[in-house]
Amino acid sequence: MTLLKLENVHTYYGHIHALKGISLEVNKGEVVTLIGANGAGKSTTLRSISGLARPRSGKIIFDGTLLNNLPPHKITRMGIGHVPEGRRIFPELTVRENLEMGAFTVPRRELAERMEYAFMLFPRIKERLNQLGGTLSGGEQQMLAMARGLVLNPRILLLDEPSMGLAPVLVDQVFEAIERLHAQGTTILLVEQNARMALQVADRGYVLQSGQIVMADTAKALQNSEVVRKAYLGEE
Amino acid sequence: MTAVPNLASALSRSRLLNGAAEWFLQYFLKPIGQILLFAVIAGSSISLLALAVGFVLQTDWHGIDILRVPARINLFEQVVRQLPNMLLDGITIGFVYAVIALGYTMVYGVLKFINFAHSEIFMMGAVVGYEVMIRLRDGQLLSELPPLVVIILMIGAAMLVCGAAAVVVERVAYKPLRGAPRLVPLISAIGVSFFLTDFVRAFQALNRNIFNMPYPTDLVPFFGARINIAEGLSTTNTTLIIIISAIIMLVGLNYFVNATKIGKAIRAVSQDQATASLMGINVNLMITITFMVGGALGGAAGVLYGLKTTNVTPYIGFIPGLKAFTAAVLGGIGNITGAVLGGLLLGMLEAFFSALLPYFPALGLGYSDIFAFAVLILVLLFRPTGLLGKKVDEKV
Ligand SMILES: Nc1ncnc2c1ncn2[C@@H]1O[C@H](COP(=O)(O)OP(=O)(O)OP(=O)(O)O)[C@@H](O)[C@H]1O
Ligand SMILES: [Mg+2]
Repeated sequence: MTLLKLENVHTYYGHIHALKGISLEVNKGEVVTLIGANGAGKSTTLRSISGLARPRSGKIIFDGTLLNNLPPHKITRMGIGHVPEGRRIFPELTVRENLEMGAFTVPRRELAERMEYAFMLFPRIKERLNQLGGTLSGGEQQMLAMARGLVLNPRILLLDEPSMGLAPVLVDQVFEAIERLHAQGTTILLVEQNARMALQVADRGYVLQSGQIVMADTAKALQNSEVVRKAYLGEE
Repeated sequence: MTAVPNLASALSRSRLLNGAAEWFLQYFLKPIGQILLFAVIAGSSISLLALAVGFVLQTDWHGIDILRVPARINLFEQVVRQLPNMLLDGITIGFVYAVIALGYTMVYGVLKFINFAHSEIFMMGAVVGYEVMIRLRDGQLLSELPPLVVIILMIGAAMLVCGAAAVVVERVAYKPLRGAPRLVPLISAIGVSFFLTDFVRAFQALNRNIFNMPYPTDLVPFFGARINIAEGLSTTNTTLIIIISAIIMLVGLNYFVNATKIGKAIRAVSQDQATASLMGINVNLMITITFMVGGALGGAAGVLYGLKTTNVTPYIGFIPGLKAFTAAVLGGIGNITGAVLGGLLLGMLEAFFSALLPYFPALGLGYSDIFAFAVLILVLLFRPTGLLGKKVDEKV
């Protein structure tokens, strides 16, 4: 069943034409990855979905509802969790408060349960609850950012470069978490520059280039494609 | 009902008690302790300054001729004698500045914008307090009701009216300008400031055909009744009311900002609006609430100021507003704790200069405002982030 659907989406920043007719689909329970070079429009695609950027034309449909003109907080309330590029932890809020903000839309009685779920995925966070967000290490901030996106129990999770700037061990941990979420049936749209890892955990993938989708296939097929191997996996 | 409560419920009850104790400590004792600590810090640093100035000026210093201090006055002795009263005065006005400063600092925190109309919201609070008092007087209630009820009615009405007024101002004059260059809303704020002054002036001219609005505090003997704190140091109930109300508001705001979901969301918005909206937080609503809370505090401060000076006009907003803004900058604009420290320091400093200036006939009391603004300029020059402020990262 199609959960999220983009139809011919065009998004601009002033005069910059960042998305030039993006169409893609994410089905329930799928992990779909969006790969592409710097500036291809990956973040803009996620920002258009969550309402931080306004598409000028095209349609973004989530579970039958048109999202185009909704403000970001209403889009979040529909069950779309967006873990933004660069983590964007609230530096002057404690880790616990950061999580509470992630769960802003969650009823009070479900809060403890949602927090426990996040701690189960990222046990490290539980030891840091009273520390200020800004004092966490980069890896811890990424864990917190993902936990913060998960406590609202999203129906789809948009992840923007969760492995960026992390040491290899932490990259592995992040992708392990994604695999566990996948196994539990969480729907994920994953933006990554680490195409190799992304294609390993994803069911399907799209390749974005200069604001346009140039390839769409199963993750397996993309891994084997000549073009992808050369351009994004760094193979000869 | 069982005679012996089972272990689990006893445990959970003790945890509840612990929770309550912790809550009391965290949101009641700790902030009050901090406020008192700030009062002590401000009081002792300004006392030292006062004593030093008194000591230096008592010596036969050549330059003193310029100031024409009458001979045979020992300034040091005078300063020592006046110190307790000076400190009490400084604390009182300092708390008023602190409560006003919160309005500037909270709005700056979320919008990185200085709401210059806040001083007129404060003035409106003083006017609402006057209206309540006059209406109670005309209804023969002013001397009938317990003074505490009178105060609560005045402050409550001022908070309601000013909270609402601040929200309307934001909707009409600032919100449409969001995203415009920073100077634009600033100019708009100055315009709103003039508008509110003239609005109140016209309103009172039509309504009562008056311009001055003296508080009829003398009709309530309680307000002026003196209480002795120590030998040679007495004060009025009004002073105590001002200090206690201000502390209640500071503690209340601390609770709101740090312990409630809305308060935390406001802090999240002030740190990163886009990300806050991704959390499902309605950013515009949080901005509105910030204006409402800041305006309500400003209104309450207006009543306290009116009770202290008993003389209210549509023009009283400007100077205290600018001083409270100075207090906010001194403490570190955007920093709520800093606003309290800045307010107390500035209040003390002003009380000190007001006590000292009469000894210099060449200067006179009229100059007491200069010092606050000298502080503003010095802070902006040498430590623009204020005492408790961090590096300000300019947001675009
Ligand atoms: N706020 C902005 N203002 C103007 N142009 C922008 C803005 N954000 C992005 N762009 C431009 O839009 C295009 C797409 O940017 P986007 O951030 O979506 O790329 P990306 O694929 O996420 O890149 P990266 O891998 O570096 O994160 C780029 O050309 C970028 O310069
Ligand atoms: Mg990006």
